[in-house]
Amino acid sequence: MELTLWTYEGPPHVGAMRIASSMKDIHYVLHAPQGDTYADLLFTMIERRGQRPPVTYTTFQARDLGGDTAELVKKNIKEAVERFKPKTLLVGESCTAELIQDQPGALAKGMGFDIPIVNLELPAYSKKENWGASETFYQLTRTLLKEKVSYSEKISPLRWKEFGRRPKVNILGPSLLGFRCRDDVIEIQRILSEQGIDTNVVAPLGASPDDIERLIDAEVNICLYPEISEASCEWLKRNFGMEYTNTIPIGIKNTIEFINEVHEKLNLPLTNKKELENKSKLPWYSKSVDSNYLTGKRVFIFGDGTHAIAAAKIAKEELGFEVVGLGTYSREMARQVRATAKDLNLEALITNNYLEVEDAMKKAAPELVLGTQMERHSAKRLGIPCSVISTPMHVQDVPARYSPQMGWEGANVIFDDWVHPLMMGLEEHLIDMFKHDFEFVDGHQSHLGHTATNTKDILNSDKKKEKNSKEGIIWTESGRAELTKVPFFVRGKVKTNTEKYAILRGIPEISDETLYDAKAYFS
Amino acid sequence: MSKVEFNKETGPREVFCGLTSIVWLHRRMPDAFFLVVGSRTCAHLIQSAAGVMIFAEPRFGTAILEEKDLAGLADAHEELDRVVNDLIARRPEIKTLFLVGSCPSEVIKLDLATVAKKLNKRFLGQVRFVNYSGSGIETTFTQGEDGALKALIPLMESSDEEKLLLVGTLANNVEDRFKKIFRNLGITDIESFPPRQSTELPKIGKNTKVLLTQPYLSDTVRDLKHRGCEIISAPFPLGIEGSTEWFLAAAKAFKISELKVHEIISPLINRAKLALESHKEILKGKRLFLLPESQLEISLARFLHNECEMDLIEVGTPYLNKDLMKEEINLLPDNTKIVEGQHVEKQLDRVRESNPDLVVCGMGLANPLEAEGISTKWSIEMVFSPIHGIDQAADLAGLFSKPLKRNQILTSKTLVTH
Repeated sequence: MELTLWTYEGPPHVGAMRIASSMKDIHYVLHAPQGDTYADLLFTMIERRGQRPPVTYTTFQARDLGGDTAELVKKNIKEAVERFKPKTLLVGESCTAELIQDQPGALAKGMGFDIPIVNLELPAYSKKENWGASETFYQLTRTLLKEKVSYSEKISPLRWKEFGRRPKVNILGPSLLGFRCRDDVIEIQRILSEQGIDTNVVAPLGASPDDIERLIDAEVNICLYPEISEASCEWLKRNFGMEYTNTIPIGIKNTIEFINEVHEKLNLPLTNKKELENKSKLPWYSKSVDSNYLTGKRVFIFGDGTHAIAAAKIAKEELGFEVVGLGTYSREMARQVRATAKDLNLEALITNNYLEVEDAMKKAAPELVLGTQMERHSAKRLGIPCSVISTPMHVQDVPARYSPQMGWEGANVIFDDWVHPLMMGLEEHLIDMFKHDFEFVDGHQSHLGHTATNTKDILNSDKKKEKNSKEGIIWTESGRAELTKVPFFVRGKVKTNTEKYAILRGIPEISDETLYDAKAYFS
Repeated sequence: MSKVEFNKETGPREVFCGLTSIVWLHRRMPDAFFLVVGSRTCAHLIQSAAGVMIFAEPRFGTAILEEKDLAGLADAHEELDRVVNDLIARRPEIKTLFLVGSCPSEVIKLDLATVAKKLNKRFLGQVRFVNYSGSGIETTFTQGEDGALKALIPLMESSDEEKLLLVGTLANNVEDRFKKIFRNLGITDIESFPPRQSTELPKIGKNTKVLLTQPYLSDTVRDLKHRGCEIISAPFPLGIEGSTEWFLAAAKAFKISELKVHEIISPLINRAKLALESHKEILKGKRLFLLPESQLEISLARFLHNECEMDLIEVGTPYLNKDLMKEEINLLPDNTKIVEGQHVEKQLDRVRESNPDLVVCGMGLANPLEAEGISTKWSIEMVFSPIHGIDQAADLAGLFSKPLKRNQILTSKTLVTH
């Protein structure tokens, strides 16, 4: 048993939902009780999706347990197939259903549907979300392509030359609730296209089962997010001989290395090597004199494996920071993160406990934190600037503007996102230094929120203003007590409105009743 | 009783489980901790519903069951012991610890009552342990509060003093307003359950008159009756009408004249009516469809029809206790269609067919419906906002008029979504 106050990753069936929701023409029947439907809001609220996830929850209740839950599963499968007419059906169970062992996948296969059925067995008591996503994508790929294994020849990465066309690759791994996946895909496709390489399929994001069956039309797979797609890439390599890339194109050096790797795999000559250095503003911005102050800035990094490793490399080699802490919550990526940490003379922090991360952060005394939304909150409490580099997803991580992490534009975004909080950090320092000067008395609110401002001060200053009120209006005890109960963010408005109302009506003393009279008057 | 149409529906649902009520219960009792004994799904549910990250350390957590806990129950009990010890060592300020059962703990029959009994002995005088189930196989959303309150009743001492007991979590400012009004009516001994401190439980007995503030407390009511409490039958204090009837019912139980009640609350009613006008202008004649989630649906439907003049297409509720809702149902217009339970797909078919102006639904459904051009109000906001009482009637109406007003501003109804 593990005490958890907050967790970086959801259960594995949420990972399966990420794959199902990313794709078209797929439906997922999840044997689960009613509460598990909360997961829909991750997609409809955090990602602002305009469609419900394609998931049917069997919604078994306590009273069903004595009876036939298997019948309930079959009924839901039948209804879902009839209603949604998917081209492929995923069937699985959440934590509770795993305990009652109805084996919904086997049940579905016995129902005589003429569509492929993927039986998902995702152990809820030992695995987590990313593993669940990876396993689902792998099982789906395997189910849809396994019949072709026996009669397909091994795919040579050079065959595009024989075919007399541009080389084709698949981009594998981007999914919903993945960090900036939507924009990374656009950026990587643009880069590949500039190099004369076509994209065959992007999956799972936006793909249909038909697209998965077409994966073998490409020469090489781009494994963009190993947490999600490495298992599938490995299977495609083993069974079809398809090569896949290892470099994650985050940062200038990695992007260039990635382009090199793809060209080598395809045996495609790289003709614009010199140009590549100038595709992003990051190298020059980092070199320009005002970036001098970035040198040796202490930075603490925590996130998923892929983004944490990339961040460490960019921080050290492209921005000249000193990495003082590195860690991940992705146990599957622990080995790689440990290796990266070792190169930096650090010991990697591998944990799912955010309080341990906060402690490590405190000890490392960084000037900048690169982490998840949780580290943003921890850093805020410690008064340290922070930029978010990794999932778990938050509505802020789905910006309206084009905002990739990968490729040239990704490097531009990273420069701005990491350096601006630091500049603000400097500003913070100045505010602190000059705070006793009269110019700084009002309105210089820290960007770090209310950490620097004592709530008592606000109340005290409010009281001062009350006494000085020119119109001679007095707040009675009951009125003041009521005012403090109003949420702080509207308190100012309520106060002004009530006073305005009191003046209007010639009320000399504001009681709690006046406050409510005013509230009614202005609403 | 008005001639309402009762229907039942079963099938796939789209509702939260009872664990979700921890989100407001822990705020009500800042000296209590809610420990869910469950899975990673439970932990993920609560943090997704509660926006947990703003807390340095929240006063709720999950003891996540792992494979080895499933192998042998004896070990699971020992493990839970260890987790509780660690927790109490880390959070010495905790006075009451709720052990909250979940779907998996119920299915493996983890006996939290026995665990609580053992822990009560060990931590006697320091921390009290109670247990209840918030599992999704037994409870929806607000029913979790019912379970938590029911679990506290055995800890309440007996007293025969006459008092008014307000039962159900209210926002603190609303509670203060209510108490002030009751005092003005001449009722002096008023207590709330749950209290603001978990250790300050009200004493109850045969002269305790219970006035419910929330409609989802069936089990709590039953146990309070067993303890001899008198349950005041009334609609719920949502909107002017409901609140007025609610005050009148309480006054009657305390033999206070109706005249006195009207004298105290009529100024409140007058200003509330004034405040309601602008919202009514927007809501009037608009067609409303309520999907089941919070069990507040029937009271909301009554308010939105009777006071805001909305037309009711369908009133969904996850669970219907006809006895407890009797007074509310009496106030509903004839032929109101009430549907208990859910088949979410069929219900959404009816939503689309009936072309409503506003749908009250859960967060999972809101954006998809908006994308289809249907305005929505998400129901979880009702349990987080101060909506009870006469003074809040306009705020309550505002929750529904705002999405319609916004829709008028942003004229294009269907948008390309991403």
